[in-house]
Amino acid sequence: MEIRVNPTRMELNRLKKRLTMAQRGHKLLKDKRDELIRQFMILVRKNKDLREHIEKELTDAFAKFLLARAVMPVENLEEALMYPTKVLRLDIHRQNIMSVYTPRFDWVEEQSGGAEESSIYPYGFVDTSAELDTSIETLSKILPQLMELAEVEKSVQLMAEEIEKTRRRVNALEHVLIPRLEETVKYITMKLDESERGALTRLMKIKDVVRAKM
Amino acid sequence: MSTYKIAVIGDKDSILGFKTIGVDTFPVTSTQAALDTMKKLVSDQYGVIFITEALAQGMEDVINEMHKRYLPAVVLIPNSRGTQGIGIEQIRSNVEKAIGADILFRKEG
Repeated sequence: MEIRVNPTRMELNRLKKRLTMAQRGHKLLKDKRDELIRQFMILVRKNKDLREHIEKELTDAFAKFLLARAVMPVENLEEALMYPTKVLRLDIHRQNIMSVYTPRFDWVEEQSGGAEESSIYPYGFVDTSAELDTSIETLSKILPQLMELAEVEKSVQLMAEEIEKTRRRVNALEHVLIPRLEETVKYITMKLDESERGALTRLMKIKDVVRAKM
Repeated sequence: MSTYKIAVIGDKDSILGFKTIGVDTFPVTSTQAALDTMKKLVSDQYGVIFITEALAQGMEDVINEMHKRYLPAVVLIPNSRGTQGIGIEQIRSNVEKAIGADILFRKEG
């Protein structure tokens, strides 16, 4: 389908300009899409490995925790965990991956209650079981990876969005706008040629008529 | 730049341990309660929200909506009964969305 226009030389120039612009945009977007996909694949592989690792570790930690819960009175357990020794605070910076803004998480541990450097266990060892210790140790060990997973996964989600958008634009340009413009340019050129030929034949005819009268 | 907090939503058995490492815990038992907690957390300076897969199951649309936003990052974690594979499934669907085919897990789809 072509765009409805007046077949004039002005219109033709305008359309040609639009066409070159569209082609340039198409090329740029295609490059953007390719680079986005390349970076996306790197991230997504990392995401998959991290997630598999973390799911294993977490399940492990939870299982130990469940054991601790089973061998300890509930009151003791809750009491032991009532006051955590630290509070996590998150600083978020924006980072730019191919004009996709993704958050970068930097976390800091703050000791709560102004205590000096304390252990990861918020309780004494008298009333608690060893399973609880190992469970909490595993948890605090995978915390950095958990934060990394959060960051990578968010980036992957945002990039997937952006890639989908870019791909749509590339396709719209490639399969709709550019063919349409090309067809319209062709239509106008043919129309102009046709009227030129028409004018020429008319002139020749007039010349014949004039000559016959002389 | 401002400071954000980290939260975890899940059943009590799974998430109580998180409290010791300084993450705010929100024990809930039903999907509805999880949904309400989530809504509260989103408007309250939480940068990362961990939620167990079991609870996430009933609220996919809310979580998908979060995935499109810059913040917060909603991350699925397994619960004490192990993983249900929803987290991995999400990665797969991301790949499919971006590339159009699932090339990461070598399955024809």
